[in-house]
Amino acid sequence: MKTLRHIMAPGKKGIAHVFMLGAVISSVFIYFFPLWKITLYAPQYPQGIRMYIWIHKITGDDAYTLQNINILNHYVGMKDIDPHAVPELHYFPYALAGIIFLGIMAWLMKKRWMYLAWAFVYALLSVMAIYDFYRWEYDYGHHLDPKAPIKVPGMAYQPPLIGVKHLLNFTAISLPEWAAGFMLVSIILGFAAFICCRSTSVKEQINHHDLLPADSSQASVVLHH
Amino acid sequence: MHMKPIIFSRPTTQVIPLLPGIIAMAGLLLASCQARRSSEAGAINAQEAAQRVYVAPGKYDEFYAFMSGGYSGQVSVYGLPSGRLFKIIPVFSQNPENGYGYSEETKPLLMTSYGFIPWDDAHHPELSQTNGVPDGRWLFINANNTPRVARIDLKTFETVETIEIPNSAGNHSSPFVTENTEYVVAGTRFSVPTPQQDVPIDSYKKNFKGVLSFIKVEPSGDMDLAFQVVMPGFDYDLAHAGKGKSKDWVFFTCYNSEEAHTLLEVNASQKDKDFVAAINWKKAEAYIQQGKYHQMPGTYYDNRFDTSTQTARSFVHQGVKVLIPAECPGLVYLIPAPKSPHGVDVDPSGNYIVANGKLNADLSVFSFDKMQQAIQQKQFDGEVNGIPVLKFDATLAGIVKSGGLGPLHTEFDDKGNAYTTFFISSEVVKWKLGTWQVEDRQPTFYSPGHLMIPGGDSRKPWGKYLVALNKITKDRYLPTGPELCQSAQLFDISGDKMKLLLDFPTVGEPHYAQAIPASILMPQSDKIYSLANNRNPYVTKTEKEARVVRNGRRIDVYMTEIRSHFVPDNIEGIHLGDTVYFHLTNLEQDWDAAHGFAVEGNRDNAELLLMPGQTKTLKWVPQRVGVFPFYCTDFCSALHQEMQGYIRVSAPAEQVALSWSTGKE
Repeated sequence: MKTLRHIMAPGKKGIAHVFMLGAVISSVFIYFFPLWKITLYAPQYPQGIRMYIWIHKITGDDAYTLQNINILNHYVGMKDIDPHAVPELHYFPYALAGIIFLGIMAWLMKKRWMYLAWAFVYALLSVMAIYDFYRWEYDYGHHLDPKAPIKVPGMAYQPPLIGVKHLLNFTAISLPEWAAGFMLVSIILGFAAFICCRSTSVKEQINHHDLLPADSSQASVVLHH
Repeated sequence: MHMKPIIFSRPTTQVIPLLPGIIAMAGLLLASCQARRSSEAGAINAQEAAQRVYVAPGKYDEFYAFMSGGYSGQVSVYGLPSGRLFKIIPVFSQNPENGYGYSEETKPLLMTSYGFIPWDDAHHPELSQTNGVPDGRWLFINANNTPRVARIDLKTFETVETIEIPNSAGNHSSPFVTENTEYVVAGTRFSVPTPQQDVPIDSYKKNFKGVLSFIKVEPSGDMDLAFQVVMPGFDYDLAHAGKGKSKDWVFFTCYNSEEAHTLLEVNASQKDKDFVAAINWKKAEAYIQQGKYHQMPGTYYDNRFDTSTQTARSFVHQGVKVLIPAECPGLVYLIPAPKSPHGVDVDPSGNYIVANGKLNADLSVFSFDKMQQAIQQKQFDGEVNGIPVLKFDATLAGIVKSGGLGPLHTEFDDKGNAYTTFFISSEVVKWKLGTWQVEDRQPTFYSPGHLMIPGGDSRKPWGKYLVALNKITKDRYLPTGPELCQSAQLFDISGDKMKLLLDFPTVGEPHYAQAIPASILMPQSDKIYSLANNRNPYVTKTEKEARVVRNGRRIDVYMTEIRSHFVPDNIEGIHLGDTVYFHLTNLEQDWDAAHGFAVEGNRDNAELLLMPGQTKTLKWVPQRVGVFPFYCTDFCSALHQEMQGYIRVSAPAEQVALSWSTGKE
């Protein structure tokens, strides 16, 4: 911690500011990469089929993957995976936009409490999103058509949230993808921005001001403390 | 000591009666003079050979080999070195296995000026080339009986075009391509009255001509008959285009320069020399451009399969431009070649032209350079129908004293060697270009026709394997009654000596074959047909659009297939006297998710086999009143057996409304 403090010594506020900027940029990347990947292997799919869950859509290896997974799923009575029927895919992009907006505000205002609040809300929403994802998986896996051609008593087809699970002839592997990483990085950077400010005492801050020309926002933070 | 030919390893083996007596005797004498050879000569240690051809489960072969199906009319696709059969591509024959030539979409591919022809005799597959190297775009193959050339798309491995050749008969010297696939050639094996007319057969010398056709290949692959060259009434047997310096030329062998019309085995074997006809196609193009052609009548079909509609259409053409060599100086030269030459093969450099004199022991190799020199110096030895005959000695590069008998075909490796099959002495002989010395010889079992080295007739042979394509198998396999398989024999030619690795049976009679590295074809192979891009007029893209439409006595059923049901699967309101067209669309977009369709009592037709995204149409004329099942013929899924439906056929007087449904209780 000493070394970290040492590194951060010249302008900890500035570094927190950079962290916060990084957190915002990292969040923007979430739009461009999948959050989660579910890979299915079966004797008939030796090369596997992959389904990608994005913030705003569900895709596969190609344009037909969802149809192909749905065809397989209908034998055991699972509902079709229809991205249009998942409301989260409609409002999550706006929720993320809101978070990014708040992040930008925090970055502009350079308020330490805002960093914390932002990271905390972001983390909370992420956990809720993962829980929501779990609920969907549970729903797909458990609510089966009673007229399904193949019925295995006691069998549910819920894919794992994270990890590997064998479901009849399929091996399902569920793992976070790039966008989940960006989300995690954003949250960590948000907390880091908060922590790195907290480690700065008022005294040090003032001392620091002696060495470097102070800017008004830094001064205001000092007053708050 | 009995002078039994040792190469015919088993005492029961007798190929002799197949051949003219004199030739056979010569063959026997020659063969028995050969060094003692056992049937195992050339084979390496069996375990080593097994390792060389063993492709472990789940692993891939190194080469795709395309073998002509001969009288099956099709092309078979094998893997090398394993000899495993992957697919039969239907080309000139109906194929009940997948409905080729039975579905309404593919019937036009078998249309000719004679009408619908359900069969042909396919001889020579030829890969398209770029700069003289096989490029993996298309495979061409000839129909010998009703003269045609077909083009197969190597992304889908489906026949996409067949073009008929008018004024031709026995399209044997075909379909060899020029260096950049500018043209595919089609020479007639049988000379006929040109244009066709009712004349006495014994007026042969007066009325019969041999026509050599040049088919232009567009960059899209579409073929058009560009022009024909009217040659003397010989039999034009085989051909190959030049390459490199000789790229503007195509060489045709001919026999029957005696112009016999009966008992050819004797009467066409009298002259000491026949010819190789060298045609300058660049000159031909220039003469056509100058308008030096005649218009000859002739009706022919060009049938094109449109990949976006998944439907073939026939285009009927009238008349063809012909060039008369006597009017076109420099267009054709004849090179005398000994004893009824069969194959004519051009080495990778393009300089050496090998004429395989099939009733001979030796091979004559001509030099393109010397031929050009002889033309410049006018070293002619008379002329035939106004075509200059070049002096034999002035064009000859060398003679291969083979020690075998009955050379038929030659291919080349990438190390300056040539390999020739000898039908009568049943062997492959390896010899060196330039020295003309025999380097090695191995027996084959038995009587090879063509041989094939991947890229072995191109500028870039992949000289690792050689496949001998044998006409006779006798005792090589478990017997299957009087009709036996024909076979391929795989040799390793990577070393100094050829090593026999494997025997495997072929489909039909494999005349010629071509092979190309898997690394070229495999990445471009299509997995599905795009449903979104399916422009078949009878496509049904969603189950909601499925329907049944009556138009007078015609019923159109727009039906979908997806694992594991049809929509609709219950159809009523059909009456005896109606003609039903089932337009099936496979809605799947998953690799290898095929569905079939068959309906009971379908006179004149077979089933349909539909790849993902395809639409195909099956015509069905109900024969009886009743309720008839239809079902999926391809085991598509766990519930394949449930993939079935019923169509009700009522008597004409019955009042049954047209209706259709799926899943209605």
